[in-house]
Formats: sequence, structure tokens, C-alpha cells
Amino acid sequence: MHDIFGYKNLIKELVLRDIKRKYRRSILGYAWSMLNPLLMMLITAMVFSNLFRFDIQNYALYLLTGQIIFTFFSESTSFSMGSILENGALLKKVYVPKYLFPISRVVSSAVNLCFAMPAMIIIMLITGQKISFNLLFCVVPVVLLFLFCIGVGLFLAAFAVYFRDAFHLYGVLLTALNYATPIFYPTKIIPVEYGIILKVNPITYFLTAFRDVVYLNTIPTAEVLFTCLIISISALGIGIYSFYKTQNNFILYI
Amino acid sequence: MSEIIKVDNVTMKFNLMEERVDTLKEFFVRLAKGNLLFNEFVALKNITFSVNKGDILGIIGFNGAGKSTMLKILSGILRPSKGKVIVNGTVAPLIEVGAGFDSDLTARENIFLNGAILGYERKFLKEHFNEIIDFAELRKFIDVPVKNFSSGMYARLGFSIATMVRPDILIVDEVLSVGDFHFQQKCEKRIQEMITRGTTIIIVSHDIDMIERLCNKVLWLDRGQMKDFGDTMSICEKYKQC
Repeated sequence: MHDIFGYKNLIKELVLRDIKRKYRRSILGYAWSMLNPLLMMLITAMVFSNLFRFDIQNYALYLLTGQIIFTFFSESTSFSMGSILENGALLKKVYVPKYLFPISRVVSSAVNLCFAMPAMIIIMLITGQKISFNLLFCVVPVVLLFLFCIGVGLFLAAFAVYFRDAFHLYGVLLTALNYATPIFYPTKIIPVEYGIILKVNPITYFLTAFRDVVYLNTIPTAEVLFTCLIISISALGIGIYSFYKTQNNFILYI
Repeated sequence: MSEIIKVDNVTMKFNLMEERVDTLKEFFVRLAKGNLLFNEFVALKNITFSVNKGDILGIIGFNGAGKSTMLKILSGILRPSKGKVIVNGTVAPLIEVGAGFDSDLTARENIFLNGAILGYERKFLKEHFNEIIDFAELRKFIDVPVKNFSSGMYARLGFSIATMVRPDILIVDEVLSVGDFHFQQKCEKRIQEMITRGTTIIIVSHDIDMIERLCNKVLWLDRGQMKDFGDTMSICEKYKQC
């Protein structure tokens, strides 16, 4: 990993490429990164505040925070999952450290997340949510989640090289995770006997910490942050280990 | 003369994937043999040679001799199954021109992307941007996505970027056969310039005349084995006779 800083220029170029490609020829371009979460939130809010009524105040912000966090996780991990296979042609021709590809994809998603931040602040202003310096603290859970996603992304990228079915499987898993994370419902509607689902779902912890700051305007408890930290470090450990163990043979399978 | 590349007893084995295991019996037979999913194929066997700084090494041999595998091992893309390769210096691989191109991006954007893949700073590329474009003769098409390029234009841009970066070792695999006569001459001139600058060059080619013209050492591979290594003239004579 020592040469990751030597390659920061390449990471920058790869991220630029991802962003340019995503918005190439679209009229609104980068504005979509902001509009997308807003529109998604509006639709979900319409569905759930009319069809099913949850007793949540400032539902718009509750929903948006959930969506921002979950979208970052699902986008970055599924995006980095295919990174090795999609760059196979390149890896066969030039030597480039392979971990750069999954990492750069997680960085691209993080850039997207940054674009979504203004949308969140707009909603906070509209709904009259108090904005204080506390808000800056939301960087902490995001950084921890970023590390978690890199770990998961490295693992998935390596795994997908050997096991192509992983793509289909992961799509299903993401849908399951989407429902297992309290994005659009309050945690208290989950029956006690199913509470375990939220407990074993790692994303819940990052979301809780993020919501504590943005939605409840408090500092997350040390317990939650510590749990996030442990989850991130374990994911990174597993990701780096499995990637390094297998990367020399990637070329033979792509 | 200092050694810049040292290849020590390198063997490369591939597991050729077998897509199907048809019957349960076959499955168990293969499981017992330990080659459930593949057959082993030895692409290179016990290759040992070294290259000094400033050498121009030609690699020759018939199709399937292992030439491209050798180049991929030298540029670090493949890791040998056995043996060691020591390379002291930066390598610019030209195994296929424009390998790092993204077809949706324009020529301008690809120069920065491909340059970064070859390990160059944005600042360096900006300084040499005009030089790259002029050598490739693509000034008119600078903001056109490269997917609309002809293969000749593609090759010209790729070659121009790869040789603009001043590597210690340049690896060339048959790229000179692309482009028209005029551009081929330009490429050869560029390679000559790099030679005088002291760049070590490794060329794979079926064009034995070009090997004779450029190289001072030749490695002859034959079905994965090293048939001969050494002085250009004597090996090329033997090669032509067979």
C-alpha cells in the first residue's frame, strides 16, 4: 500500500473519468447528483406519508439522511465490485496496482455523496431544521463508512473475479439490506423478536451516527462511533487480506 | 555496463480453464487428480537471461513461442509461477497501443488518463501536451471521443503518449506494423532517438530485418523454451534458415 500516494494522480484521473462518463451529454450534468436524491426522496415521501403513515417528525429529512447513506454504500460497493473485471483489458496490457480500481470507484461515489450534501442542507433549511456547528460532525460517520465501503469493495472486487454469480447475488442482497436498514421506517416499528436484524446490519450503525448529527442535532454516542470504527477496521482488514491473497491470479481469470 | 533486467530461471504455467465437466464420473476423476477446473499449460520453461542498460533486445520465435508472455512478465503484468525477475527502472509497456484508452473520452482527456496510468503527473503531461498531439498529428481531432478514431489514429496517439514519457525501459510488441509507411518511419526514428538517449528497449517482432537493423541482442524462443540468446547476426542467420 506504500505507493498509494504515488498513484494519487491516477486515482484522481480515474475518478474524473467516472464522473465525466456518468454525466456525458446530459444537459443538467453534475446537477443530477443533487437532484437525484431529492427526487427519490420526494417520491418515497409521497408514497409513505399518504399510503402508510409513520409517526416521524420531519419525515423528509429522516428519509433523505437514510437514502444518502444507503445509496453511498450500495453504489460504491456494487460499483467497485465490477471494477477489476471491467478494467480487465487494461490490466492485461499495463502494470497498474490493482487495488486502485476498487478504491477509485469508492472515491467516485464519495464525490457523488458530496454533491448530495447541498440537497440535504436545502431540505434542512426548508423544513426549519436547526443548523449549527454540530453539523460538521457528520463527517466522522461518513469517513468511517467510506473506509467500510473500501473494505467491502476490495473484497467484492476480488470475489467477483472468481465467482461471476456474485453480481446477481449481491443485487438481491442489496435489496434485502435496503429493507433491513431503517431508511424509511422508524426503528420502533420493528417487532422485538426481529430486532436482531437491525443489530447485525452494519449499515444501521453508520446511519444512526449520521442521523444523530443531522436529524437529531446531537453528537453520536461514543458507543455507536466505536462500533462503527470496529466494523470499518474489520471490513478493511478482510478486504485488504482477501484482495492481496488473490490479486496475482486475477489476470488468469479475466 | 550495469544489468537493468535479470530473468532467472523463469517458468510460467497457465491453467487453461475447462468450461465443462459433463458427467459425475468425470467430476470425481478430475477431483481425484486435482485438476477439477483446468488443464495445465507451460508457456515458458526455465528461461534465464539478462539485459544491460542501453541494450536493444529483440525477441523472436514462431507463433505460440511465448514471446508475448515473456513481455507481460517483464512489464509486471504477469507474475511467473517459478523463478525471479528483477527490473531496475521504470517500464513503459507498448504491448498494445492505447491499452489505457477509454473510448468514450476525447483525445485530450485520454492523454491525461493514459499518462497517469503510465505514472506521469498532470503537470508533466500539460507541459508536453502539444508535443504529444503534434507527433500524433491529431491537432484537428483533439476534442473528438477516441471511439470515432480510425485504428491508425488510435495507434498514433498511443505511441505518441507512451514514448513521450521517458522510461528507462520501453517494451514494444509489434506496434510498428500499424500506421502507414510515413508513420512507421517516424516511430523508428523516435525509437532511434530513445536509443541514443540510453533507453533500454525490448522488441518483439516477426520482421527479422527490423530486428537486425535495431537490436544488438536477440532472444530466440521456441515453444516456451529458450533456443538461443546472444549476438544478433548469428542468431538471425540461423533463424532465417529454419
